[in-house]
Amino acid sequence: MTTAIGRRTHPLWFLLPAYALLLVFFVLPTAYQFVYAFTDWSGFKASINPVGVDNLTQLASDGTLFRALRITVVYAVLVAIFQNVFGFGLAVLLERDTALNRIARTFFLIPVLMSALAVGYVFQALLKGTGALADTTWTLPVVALIHAWKWMGLAMLIYLAGLKTIPLDLLEAARLDGASRWHSFWRVRAPLLAPAVTFNVATALLGSMNGFDIVQATTGGGPARTTELLNIFIYRTFGQGLFAQATTMSLVLFLLVALMAFPVIVLLRRREEVL
Amino acid sequence: MSRRLQPVAVIVLVAVVIGIPLWLVIATAGKSQGEAIDPNLRPPTHWHLLDNVRQVWVDADVPAAFVGSLLIVVPTVAAVLVLGSMAAWVLARRASRLTAVLYAAGISGIILPPAVVTVVLLLRQLGLAGTALGMIGVYLGIYLSTVIFFVTGFVRTIPEALEEAARIDGAGPFAVFRKVVLPLLRPVLATATILICLYVWNDVFYAFFVIGGRLDTLPLNLFRVASAGLYLNNWHLIFTYVILMSLPLVVVFAVAQRRIISGITGGAVK
Repeated sequence: MTTAIGRRTHPLWFLLPAYALLLVFFVLPTAYQFVYAFTDWSGFKASINPVGVDNLTQLASDGTLFRALRITVVYAVLVAIFQNVFGFGLAVLLERDTALNRIARTFFLIPVLMSALAVGYVFQALLKGTGALADTTWTLPVVALIHAWKWMGLAMLIYLAGLKTIPLDLLEAARLDGASRWHSFWRVRAPLLAPAVTFNVATALLGSMNGFDIVQATTGGGPARTTELLNIFIYRTFGQGLFAQATTMSLVLFLLVALMAFPVIVLLRRREEVL
Repeated sequence: MSRRLQPVAVIVLVAVVIGIPLWLVIATAGKSQGEAIDPNLRPPTHWHLLDNVRQVWVDADVPAAFVGSLLIVVPTVAAVLVLGSMAAWVLARRASRLTAVLYAAGISGIILPPAVVTVVLLLRQLGLAGTALGMIGVYLGIYLSTVIFFVTGFVRTIPEALEEAARIDGAGPFAVFRKVVLPLLRPVLATATILICLYVWNDVFYAFFVIGGRLDTLPLNLFRVASAGLYLNNWHLIFTYVILMSLPLVVVFAVAQRRIISGITGGAVK
């Protein structure tokens, strides 16, 4: 389509409302973070003054910054692993279109519909008295498992769709060539699932770095702050009126996700091409 | 796995992985306070579900929170779908460097986390702090990306010839969009609707910052009462609330299940 015709038939002003809203409610607050992270903005006084990198050095020097970063990244990686292993396993198990499998798929979608907060309360009640939510080492993986439990139904759906896109004649050819079922699965089908893997790993990894509800409802960041994700820290300090500290951590989260998003997506895309 | 063993494995898996947590919710929601203090999987000796619903309904002021949730979810979903598809249509049809850059920028919000703290300051400057309008604006800023991503991909699969016919009849771009494009988008809009409903209906994190303490929604209300002394150890009331809050979404999903599933999966793997 030439530009002149495009201008008439698909005018750019159609973009205006959506992009104006994105600018005001997404880009602008994000830009603000780069300013207010370097001020003394708080709930205790009216004026806001620049303080340089004080917030950052303070968070770094008492160890809060790196602990929260480490916890958030470990959590995200664990969620991505659990969610994809479960989702993939379910998709393979429930692949055939039988009545029982269809019902089972619906059941695995119920957690996806539930609020994450509710899921957190359910598991808090379920695990009460077992000590699983009171261990300074093992509670983080337990909470990541709960997160994966909530979203594995969605990962399952996407893997199921990926399995359906694989042409039958390809499998037929592999079988005629004498490939075992195990062999044809890993050599023929698994590589063709690459787009589904890309989508699932990227969304699980980057989405869970922005996690809050499940951890807040199960542990509130405890025990001894060993499950305090960046968002839990932001929520807590915001509640204490320490707005500049909260903004600083929010900026750290933004940069962390932005920095990880790029290599994660490029890496997974490249894997698709090689396979 | 052998064909005889597979159904057994499926039933056991569903019963343990999904059945146990769901049963805990239902059984606990049916118990009296004394029985529910230590949540367990025993069925209630007497079912108190309706009493519990009545108590939650009145004590936690569920009707007000329900209205608050609707007041925010409905306009958010309507605006995000219409404005998002308008933008997506033009982005999909005009192939230029500018639209490519705008598209990349438009969908980056799917992954990048929103600035929850400074958005509060911005809303205060705009005079929208603590209002439904401010909350809707924040959700639009977050979820327009998702709609632009799904709809742009979908528009590219629709042949443009369908638009030409209307254009030859003299229809302007707005008429073409409303009468030809929008109806064709129905499958993908159904998916986007459920996804956005899911996110907004269940959101507590963004709502806490923007409208916390000023306006009540169902998740905010649940969060408040569950963290407050009022509901401490009142598991029967917490789980009754969970059922009340989840019911509307489960009904929507049950009605539109097929379409939703095909829509979600189509957008992700292509």
